[in-house]
Parts: sequence; structure tokens; C-alpha cells
Amino acid sequence: MSEAAISIQNVWKFFGDYAAVREVSLEVPPSAILALLGRNGAGKTTMLRMMAGLLRPSRGDISVSGLGWVEQNGSAIGVVGHGEWIYDDLSAQENLEFFGRLYKVDDLAACIDRWLETVGLTRFRNARVSEFSRGMRQRLAVARAFLHDPRVLLLDEPWTALDDRATQLLSSLLRDAQSRGRSVVVCSHQLREALEVATQVAVIDRGKLIFQGPNSDDFKSAPEDFYQKIS
Amino acid sequence: MNDFLRSALTIAAKDLRSELRNKEAMNAAVSFALVVLLLFSLAFEPAGNPDVRDMSGGLLWIVYLFAGILILNRSFARETEGGCLDALIAAPISGSELFCGKVISNGLLLLILELLSLPIFGIFYDVNWTRSFGSLFLVFVLGTWGLTAVGTIFSAITATNRLRELMLPLLVFPVTLPAMMACVKLTTLILAGEPLGDSVIWLKLLFGFSLIFSLLGAVLLDVVLKE
Repeated sequence: MSEAAISIQNVWKFFGDYAAVREVSLEVPPSAILALLGRNGAGKTTMLRMMAGLLRPSRGDISVSGLGWVEQNGSAIGVVGHGEWIYDDLSAQENLEFFGRLYKVDDLAACIDRWLETVGLTRFRNARVSEFSRGMRQRLAVARAFLHDPRVLLLDEPWTALDDRATQLLSSLLRDAQSRGRSVVVCSHQLREALEVATQVAVIDRGKLIFQGPNSDDFKSAPEDFYQKIS
Repeated sequence: MNDFLRSALTIAAKDLRSELRNKEAMNAAVSFALVVLLLFSLAFEPAGNPDVRDMSGGLLWIVYLFAGILILNRSFARETEGGCLDALIAAPISGSELFCGKVISNGLLLLILELLSLPIFGIFYDVNWTRSFGSLFLVFVLGTWGLTAVGTIFSAITATNRLRELMLPLLVFPVTLPAMMACVKLTTLILAGEPLGDSVIWLKLLFGFSLIFSLLGAVLLDVVLKE
């Protein structure tokens, strides 16, 4: 069996005395889309931030693409975070150029053209992001995260502010990434969208992992009953 | 060009481009510098007053220090909008590359401010700064380097603090005191047209200070941002 793309071993995260994540162990295999589900405040974002290298686990270890938390330098990871992580004062093109240079993307100009086309922002490439709608900003954030073709994609509530067409586009991008051997973790409380694309499901509640397993047609057919089915 | 320098210059270019677009920091800093220079000139009546020459270095660096804080305050505050600081932490760049990029952009902005306000200072205070501009420029470069090295570290520390506008000067002023003393001493001597002579020690202090805090910042920024 190939090595897990993401391996989380007995991870705890404390904020002061409060344990936001409690002894979570989880493995995400290559070519998998894991939906990390849970209600507000369950600890999903904290988990994702630790995987992205933004928060150091208080205990335990997280390795992504075979590298532990300390060795991780971010080049193998693409993140769509809570904020869009894009600069308002710059244009869409300038934002992608900036991040493309930091990630040392080969043939950057062509890559930017391709991603602006994919997310439907070619017409707005020279417009300042401050003039963009929330949905357009989110699409640019998706392009930024995919730009360097990362081996692992971490997405926090990625469907927020996306219309139907953009939601479908994102879902197809995730499936495409999976088919190319990429691993994806999607944190969401939007069950329908998350279960639609996921191959694996994990549920976190008050910092503790309470369910982990493969996704099923049963979950997909009635996402509103998902929490009842796993309890 | 190696990867380190390329990443640092990419960050510096992004900051300068952002500042060129909205001029948030520069508008405030240049206006502040001009107003303070004007107010000091009204207070001290420099025309024909030989004492003002002795204070000229101090006056000039007080203005640069306070105006510099306005520029430094925006440096990391700009990154917190839209969560861009997270994007930089998650990106495959080291804290030292980020620090170096920020010092370059902050330093250039502060140097522009200094060069813009110097002629105004010369007119208001009846000081001839052109005859020894080379030495003066060297002091400006070294002083700006030291101030931005310290300011960039503290700007990162206070970036997510609600009271960052208050905290940054409180942290930066005491730490930069040795560098500012050197800047004041050297600038006063140069503007008075006196030889540096034994005062070269102040230049060495300024260089050493800037170098030490640059190395500290480069090493510490990862810790500051990730912990």
C-alpha cells in the first residue's frame, strides 16, 4: 500500500487550556478526497490550519507528502482558506503572478492564462480585486491554490459564495485533481456539496474524531440525514 | 539571481506596487513629515539662529522616526487583510526571505520620504545640505536600514494586535535609540560642514546595529509568525 498523503497521529491542539483538537489520528491516502465534516466550532478549521503548516500541533505529529510538520515548506500544499488570501490592491493577474513566483511555477504566464480561463476570470484579469464580487474573489482564490499543481489540496468552506455554475466547476476541479493522483481535504458544513465529491468522510465533533470511513451512495442520497446515519 | 533574492524581491515588488496604487502609508508619512517640519520651523525661528544648526540632526531624525512608524505600521497590517499573512506563511518561502523583502520595501519607502523632505528641511531651516550630500545619503541609508530592520520585526509581532498603532512605536523607539543617537550625531556634524574625524565610530555603530538586527530579524521572523 502506498504511503498516506496526509498522516495525522494523535494530534492535540490547545488554545490556552481549551483543547480545540483532541487526540485525532487520521490518514488520507493518495488520490482521495476527504470531506472533513462537523458543525460550527467542531475544530475543522484548526485541523486544516495544522495540516497547512499555519498552526503547530500541541501534541502529536502531522506529515504531508512524507514530510513532518517541522520539515514542511508548503510547496506541496495548495490552500483555500477562510479568507481568500488575495490582495485587493492588485489585479487578478498580478495576484497569480505574485504567488506563482513564490511557488516557482514553471511557464508561469501560460499557467496563469490557463487558470484565469478555467475559473472564468480572463476578461477581468487586469481589474483590481477590490472591484470583484465575493464569488469572483473565491474563484480567484481557487485558481491561486491550484496554480502550482500541489500534491495536496486543503480547502476550508470552498463553496462559500459560489453560484451553481462555480460550485460545479470547483467540484469538477477537485475530481480532476483526484484523478491525477492529488489528495484533497475539504472542510465544510455544506453536506450536499462535500458528500457529492468526497471518496472518504471524517466527522469531527468538539475536537474529537467521531467517524471515519469511505463515502457511500447512502450518504450522498440523503445528506440531510448524514449525522443521524453515522450516530 | 538565487532563489532567496528572487523571493525577497518578489515580496518587495508586491509591497511597492500595492503602495504605489493606494499610497496609504506614503501619503500619511509625507504629510506628517512636512507638517512637523513646518511646525518646528515656526517654533524655533531658524532664520539666523545658530542654535538650530546644532539641533538640525535631531529635528530631522525625529521627523523620520515618527513618519517611518506610519510606513512600518502598514507593512504587515496590509498582510492581515484577506488573510494574506497566512498565504505568506503557507508559501514555500522562509521567514528570512519574507523579512528581507519587507526590509527592502519599507527601506525604499522611508528613503524616498527622507529624500523628499530633505529639500523642504533645507529651505525651512536655512541649511545647506547639498555640499555634503554623499555623506548625508550614507547616513540616511544606514539609519533607514537599522530602523526598518527593527521596525519590520515589531511590525510582524504587532500585526494581529488590535492596538498595533500604539504598540509599534512603544516597541521600536527604545530599541532603535542607539541607532538614532548615531544618526543624529552624524547628521548634525555633516550639516554643520564639520569633518567626521573621530565620529566615524558612530558610523561603525550604525552599521553594526543594522547588521545585528537584520540577522536577528531574518532568524526570528519564522518563529514570530508561526508560534
